[in-house]
Amino acid sequence: MRASAVSAMLSRRRCFAAAANRIRPLARAFCDAPASRADAAPGGVPGSQDRSQEVGGVKAAPDVLDVAVVGGGMVGLAVACALSNMPLTKNLRVAIIDSNPALKSRNYLTKSSIPDSRVSTVTPATISFFKDIGVWEHVQQQRHAFFGKMQVWDYTGLGYTRYNARDVGKEYLGCVVENKVLCNSLLLRLQEELDDIENVIYPTRLVSLTFPSKSKQAGMKPTSSEPLSAGHSTEELHRSNLVKLDLSDGRSLYSKLVIGADGSKSNVRQIAGIKTTGWNYPQSAIICTVEHVMENDCAWQRFLPSGPIALLPIGDNFSNIVWTMSPEESLRHKSMSPEEFVMSVNRALDFGYGPHPRPNALDHFMEKFFSGTGNTAASTKESFEVPPKATGVVSERMAFPLSLMHSHDYVSKRLALVGDAAHTVHPLAGQGVNLGFGDAAALAKVIAEGVSVGSDVGDLTLLQRYEKDRKAANVAMTAVLDGFQKIYAVDFGPLNVARAAAFHGAQYISPLKRNIISYAMGDTKWPIFS
Amino acid sequence: MLRRVPPSLRRALLSSASTHYGGAQIPNPSHYPSQTILPQWRRHASVASSSAPPQSPPPPSPPRGPSRSGGGGRTVSSLNPAEVAKFAAIAETWWDANGPFKPLHLMNPTRLSFIRSTLCRHFRRDPYSSKPLEGLKVVDVGCGGGILSEPLARMGATVTAIDAADKNIKIASIHAASDPTTASIEYCCTTAEALVKEKRLFDAVISLEVIEHVANPLEFCESLSALTIPNGATLVSTINRSMRAYTTAIVAAEYILRWVSLLSAS
Repeated sequence: MRASAVSAMLSRRRCFAAAANRIRPLARAFCDAPASRADAAPGGVPGSQDRSQEVGGVKAAPDVLDVAVVGGGMVGLAVACALSNMPLTKNLRVAIIDSNPALKSRNYLTKSSIPDSRVSTVTPATISFFKDIGVWEHVQQQRHAFFGKMQVWDYTGLGYTRYNARDVGKEYLGCVVENKVLCNSLLLRLQEELDDIENVIYPTRLVSLTFPSKSKQAGMKPTSSEPLSAGHSTEELHRSNLVKLDLSDGRSLYSKLVIGADGSKSNVRQIAGIKTTGWNYPQSAIICTVEHVMENDCAWQRFLPSGPIALLPIGDNFSNIVWTMSPEESLRHKSMSPEEFVMSVNRALDFGYGPHPRPNALDHFMEKFFSGTGNTAASTKESFEVPPKATGVVSERMAFPLSLMHSHDYVSKRLALVGDAAHTVHPLAGQGVNLGFGDAAALAKVIAEGVSVGSDVGDLTLLQRYEKDRKAANVAMTAVLDGFQKIYAVDFGPLNVARAAAFHGAQYISPLKRNIISYAMGDTKWPIFS
Repeated sequence: MLRRVPPSLRRALLSSASTHYGGAQIPNPSHYPSQTILPQWRRHASVASSSAPPQSPPPPSPPRGPSRSGGGGRTVSSLNPAEVAKFAAIAETWWDANGPFKPLHLMNPTRLSFIRSTLCRHFRRDPYSSKPLEGLKVVDVGCGGGILSEPLARMGATVTAIDAADKNIKIASIHAASDPTTASIEYCCTTAEALVKEKRLFDAVISLEVIEHVANPLEFCESLSALTIPNGATLVSTINRSMRAYTTAIVAAEYILRWVSLLSAS
C-alpha cells in the first residue's frame, strides 16, 4: 500500500540520509571545508573516533560524563540518539538514567494483536528528524499508520473542515505510532550506534543533584581563606566543576551537562528550583483502541460540548480514541461496560449531541467566492463524511488529567530541560511529543555547535541559544492550543456561530488552510507570517 | 590514582589568593629577586619545549615591573606598558560573560569557527571531527584569561598560551585547571620576542585582538612570523577599519557605554 511504497523509497534514500547526517559547521564559518573532506589526511586525526578517550593524556574516569540524560522516555532517548548520530558529538560520553525495565529490550516488537492505547501522532517534521538520526527505518518495521486526510467539525453541525495532504503537495499529514514502538526504535538505533549500550543506560533513579557552586569552582575567588591543602587531588578539582548525580543504587556520577527529560513531574526541574506557570484543565482524557470493519485512513476530530473526541488510525483495522471530557465523565466512561462504551463512542462521533453539517447556501457561496484566491486546495471540494463505526473496544481504557505547564527557564548552569519536563500542552492537536522532539533536535544541534568551537557543553551561554530557539516556538504552540481549548469549551450562541465561521473559513479559504496544515505539520515555525 | 596539586599550581593559587584578599601580604616564595628570574624561567621554558607537552603549567613568574617591558631603544618586547597595566587591572573579570569582557565572549564562537575552518583547510584535517586540531602545536599570543586557549585545547590542539600580564596568566591557569582537557595548556608569562629567542616553533601562531595594543606592530608581526614553522599558519585579528567598526567598537563601546574603558585612543 502507500506505506510500503514510502518505505521502499526511504530505504533507497538511506545512503543519502547517512551523508546528510553530518552537521555542517556553523553557517558563520568563513570558508566551507567540505571539499577538503575527501582528501583529509586520515593520519592527522588519530583515534578521534575511538570512544575510549584519552583526555590530556589521562584516561577519563568511568564516572565522569559529558552529558547525563535523566529520563529514558521518547524525548530523552531522542536526545541521546541524535548525539550519538552526529560525528561532532558521537564521542561525547553520554549516560541515560532511567529505571524502566523496558529499556532492556533489544528486538523489534512483534505485532501483537492489539495496539497499545498510548500512541502519538508524529508530524512530518518529527519524521524528518527521525530519518536524519536513522530511527525511522526501525519504526517502519513495526506497526505505524500514515494518514493523509483529516476532518474536524463540532456538535453544532454548522460547519466542518477537511484537510488533505495534497493541499500542500505532500503525501501524508502525519503518522500515528504507538509510544512503545517509538521508544523501541530509538533504543534499537542507539544499540546500533554504541558498542557499549549496557554502560550507557543506568537502570536506577536519580536521587539528588548537586550543582557546582561558585565557591567550589576553581574560579576567580576561592572563598576559603586557607589555601588548598596539599592532599587535594586534581581529580577532586576536576569534579568540583561538574554536576554530581546521586543515584538510587548508591553510585555517583559527575557530568558537564544534565538534561532533564523526565516528564511533566520532572525531578530534575524541581531540584534545580525552576519555576513553572500553568493550570489544570477541567478535563481528563480517556484513551483506548477500537476496532472497525475496514481500515481507517483518515484522522477524525469532533468537538463536543465537554471536549473533543479524536479517532486516529493506528494500523490494520484499529483506531485510537482520545476523548477529552470532564473528570467525572471520564471515570464513568472508564468503568462502563465495553458495549456501552462503544455505543457512547459511536454516538459521540456520529449522531449524538447534534446534527451532521449539511451543505447549505453559505457553503456554496464561500466555495465560489474564495475559489478565486489562487489554487483551490483539493479538500475544499470534499464533502462531509461520517467517520467509520467502532465495532468493539479492544484495549484497556486509561484516563489521565490534562494540564498546561510551561517552565520559566529551560536552562540553567549545566542543566537543560526538554520535552514534557519543560512544557505540557492539551492533546487536542497531537502536538505535545512533537514539541519534545523539536526540543531534542534543537538541543543536540546546539551541543554540536558548541563542540565544533571547543566550548564546554555545559556552558550557560551555549544552552541559552537552545532556550531562545525553542521557547518562542513552544510558547506560541501552547498558546494556540490553549486558545482552541478555551474557544471550544463554551457553548454560547454567538461563539458557536463564530466557530462555525472559522470552520467555513478554514475549509474554503485555501491559503488559510495551507497555513494551518503547514503549521500543524511542523513545516513552519509560526502560525502566521511564515 | 590521586594526584597532588603540582607545586607550581599550588603557588599560583596561593599567590592569587593573597592578591585577592589584600590584607597582610604573605611572603610568597615565588617572588624571587628579579635578577635571578630570567635565567630560572628560561631554564624551565627550555625544558618545556624539548620534552613532551607538560601536564601542568610551568611556575608563574613574578609580576614584572614596568621598566622591564617598556624601555627605549632595543626593547625586550614590543609591548606598551600602559596597555598591559590596564588589562591587569580588570583581570578577575575575564571569565564573567556579562562583565567588561562581554563583547569578547560574544564574538568568541565566531572567531573560533573561523580558526577551526581555516586550520582544518590549511592542515588538511577532517572538519567534522570533534578534535580536528589533534597533534597541532598552537601558541596563543596575548591569551588574557585563556578565552581562546581553552576551546583550542578542547579541539585537540597542544596549546601554549602567553601573556605579558602575570595576573592574566594566573587567572587563566586556575580556570583551566578545573577541566582535564584544558589543564594541559602551558601558560607562560612572557612575550613573543622571548619565545623567538628560545627558538620555539609552532604549527599555528594565533594572536587575536592584541596587535592594536602593541607599541611596535611591525616587530610584533616579525616575532609572530618567526615563531611559525615553514608552511605553518599565523592568525592575527584586530578591530576592523571600517566606519561601522569605528562607530560600534570604539565610539560606542569605549566612550558611550564605557564597556571597554581601557582601550586607549591610539
